[in-house]
Amino acid sequence: MVNLNLETKSPQPPKTGTMLTSTGDETGATRESRMTRLLRYLKRSPKLVAGLILTLGIVAFGLIMPFFTQDPRYSGNPALQPPSAEHWLGTTALGYDVFAQLAHATRGSLVVGLLVAFIAVGLSVFFGVVAGYVGGFVDESLSLITSIMLVIPGLPLVIVLSSYIPGRSLFLVALVLGVTAWAGSAVVLRAQAQSLRTRDYVSAARVAGERPARVILVEILPNLLPLAAAQFLFAVIFAILGEAGLSYLGLGPTGSITWGTMLNEAQVGAALSQGALWWIIPPGLMIALLGCGLSLINFSIDEIINPKLRNIPAAQRSVRARSARAKRGV
Amino acid sequence: MNYYLRRVILYTVTLWAAVSLNFLLPRLLPGDPAAIMLSKLERKGPVSETMANSINLLLGGKDSGSLWDQYIAYWGRLLRGDLGISLTIYPKPVIELIAQALPWTLILVGLATVISFILGIALGAWVGWKRGTWADSLVPFTTLLQSVPYFWLALLLTFVFSVSLGWLPVIGGYDVYTFDGPELSAGFIGSAMQHGLLPAITIVLSSFGGWLLGMRNMTVSTLAEDYVVTAEAKGLRPRRIFMTYAVRNAVMPSLTGFAISLGFVVSGSIVMEQVFSYPGIGKLMIQAVQNNDYALMQGVFLVITVTVLAANFLVDIFYGFIDPRARQHG
Amino acid sequence: MTETQASSTVLEEKEGESESVITIRNMTIDYATETPVHAVKNVSFDLRRGEIFGLAGESGCGKTTLAYGVNRLLRPPASIEGGSVIFHDSSGLDIDVLNLSGEELRAFRWDKISMVFQGAMNSLNPVISVRSQLADVFKTHRPGMGREERQSRSEELLRQVGVDPSRLDAFPHQLSGGMRQRIMIAMALALNPQVMIMDEPTTALDVVVQRGILREIMKLREEFRFAVIFITHDLPLLLEISDRIAVMLRGEIVELNTADQIAENPQHEYTQRLLHAFPSLIGDRGSFIRTGLEEEGAS
Repeated sequence: MVNLNLETKSPQPPKTGTMLTSTGDETGATRESRMTRLLRYLKRSPKLVAGLILTLGIVAFGLIMPFFTQDPRYSGNPALQPPSAEHWLGTTALGYDVFAQLAHATRGSLVVGLLVAFIAVGLSVFFGVVAGYVGGFVDESLSLITSIMLVIPGLPLVIVLSSYIPGRSLFLVALVLGVTAWAGSAVVLRAQAQSLRTRDYVSAARVAGERPARVILVEILPNLLPLAAAQFLFAVIFAILGEAGLSYLGLGPTGSITWGTMLNEAQVGAALSQGALWWIIPPGLMIALLGCGLSLINFSIDEIINPKLRNIPAAQRSVRARSARAKRGV
Repeated sequence: MNYYLRRVILYTVTLWAAVSLNFLLPRLLPGDPAAIMLSKLERKGPVSETMANSINLLLGGKDSGSLWDQYIAYWGRLLRGDLGISLTIYPKPVIELIAQALPWTLILVGLATVISFILGIALGAWVGWKRGTWADSLVPFTTLLQSVPYFWLALLLTFVFSVSLGWLPVIGGYDVYTFDGPELSAGFIGSAMQHGLLPAITIVLSSFGGWLLGMRNMTVSTLAEDYVVTAEAKGLRPRRIFMTYAVRNAVMPSLTGFAISLGFVVSGSIVMEQVFSYPGIGKLMIQAVQNNDYALMQGVFLVITVTVLAANFLVDIFYGFIDPRARQHG
Repeated sequence: MTETQASSTVLEEKEGESESVITIRNMTIDYATETPVHAVKNVSFDLRRGEIFGLAGESGCGKTTLAYGVNRLLRPPASIEGGSVIFHDSSGLDIDVLNLSGEELRAFRWDKISMVFQGAMNSLNPVISVRSQLADVFKTHRPGMGREERQSRSEELLRQVGVDPSRLDAFPHQLSGGMRQRIMIAMALALNPQVMIMDEPTTALDVVVQRGILREIMKLREEFRFAVIFITHDLPLLLEISDRIAVMLRGEIVELNTADQIAENPQHEYTQRLLHAFPSLIGDRGSFIRTGLEEEGAS
């Protein structure tokens, strides 16, 4: 839902986008100036900073913490203990340490999120870019498939798919989520690819006899990068929310720990009626915070792609700040 | 081609695709759902030959003729309104169970979606109009709300308002101790509304943020358009500029993105119904999944798809109504 | 117009005979970006009643910013940092435009100064009909006007700019670029303003359409005697249509003179360069080159 507006977003080349895709082959001097530019941009965009801190913090937590916690499946602890010095986030009905579970669940959910995002963005790039670039009959048929996938409600389809498959691995769940989650981005990427197709440099490449595959790879895809990145982050949020819902219903990956399976166990263990909020709140809050962090990064990418969103408020702030300074006599 | 005709064709094809998916999935995926369901049925009582045939036809059991013959027969049954026999509430026909559950979800999710959509669009337009002021601070807050899983928010709301404060009922769609079943009386409607309040709040809270953000961004972009400057130069009243020049143009992408967002709401609601034990279609689907009641599951999936398509079509009609370009070009 | 007259911003009764309709003094406009840009520096000139005043200069020289400033249409980060704009109303009242605000400013716009913008494609609202967009103007500024009166006035306006009145029901996407710009001009005529600001009104159009529209503007001005500030990068075009021309460079007016003087005896070295940048209008290549130049940024 974050990117509802992308469909009609005016296709401007990402002017500031270069700093995100800086390559390693530049001289020290330009790299330094890019660093300062990046720092200045960060200074002006508290949204991006907050988003990066949230996201990277959660990723670091999921990467590092599992090495320091006890076994998340060690059931020797006293059951349903509220948070204490020994168990920071308390214990579950089966005596698992909630903090240990949370650390491992973070890892599990992030893996699902990334897998799904790769599958979904891969598919949407294929359906969107090929349709938008090639046009004609190919476009018609690929677009039809996209439209169909767009209006068939995702989670019900995922539920149906998952319930037919006995014994779901983490990868299988990710595959199912990925296969049903690409259509929205494909629509956006197709619109963008269509507009890029008519740009002069693309026309030039085509007239020069470049193969379509090469034009797509060399001329089109790099320009779609910021947009695809936004779609990727969006897909991660979608996947983690979807996996949580699926797991909550008991259709999640068997044998893995994710935020969703934690919530499912809390539901089965009647955590709510026993008032074990320490068991319910952490996984949901992690999902919300990660979603929030990724959305904030997405907004910043949005502002890069669509400068209209950025200029006006920033400029207004600066005008206001200036008149405030003037009043103080600075 | 006519705009409405194009949409009708798209939805017809989508419906065909959904039915075909329903038909193909149990036949193509590993596992033998027909056998699982038949063996479960046998435990409940004697399975007649017609019943076994019906299950085999729905789920692709052994010895049911060629795939094509099965497909034709499948459609035949479907068009006669025969969706099979439920295992969950044996031996009720699936179609009856759905008919009982559907109004609950339609009214709850329908109303909540409309409220959330209007609230989000109105607030989003306003925040966009007031960009650069304190109204911007609404954005991070809604971002957080939007990333919260529906069912988790439902859990928290239940904990606060039902378990701790005792203001609202915990589960169900109406007071089952007072009423034997749905009836048309003031008391029953009051009870239903009381039970529906928390689910509705859940849907509105977790979905209006998406509309708000999309609408805000589009409003900000639209305000930079030439025709808004023209309107200002024309000396029109701010109210007129806001409504007819800014909002009416900005709302278009929200409407075209309705399908994506509705998918989120429907998916979220299914899981949410589980938390509240709400007697709707989502709860029915979850019961079907938990009991391996594949016939019921197929039926529910189909009904959800049809409902979502219908909702999208309504929005398309409205869209064609307010955008003259859509009417002309399709 | 009565609202503005009654207001406190009315400066003084006009004394004696003055032929100016707008007096601009020391206008300064800044862009408060990271490195502040002085888009318009200390610009002064008079617009005389009924004249065509050409404003020439390359992209980014501040000519559009200046025009927007006169009608108070600038948005942040642009802000007017100093100077004055006085509108000498035909009723004899002087209006201090930079001190208008809220309702007074709103009522002033279009009634006294109307505008025709560069983007022929985007200055009309895509979702409402031409009729509603014209009606908007009447409903706001002439609330006493009845429906039939609005209808007949709208039809008359369309006829005046050479568009069939049946196009009133059309939506912008159903009209060609030239037609849209004619409708924009009709809209600008609607309230019989004393000044019309035209910002590159023909740039996005092809040459034949461009010529037609210019002829139309000339004809209408003869008929209704409004003054025009005509903004373009195309100096030879201005030489052909203007009474006087100001040449802008980096936010300043570097030369202001009658069209004849500018053509025959350009003083500033930049004016000379501008004259040479385009082949003569009579020359057979000029009109082709003149079309596709794109304006962007703060021009």
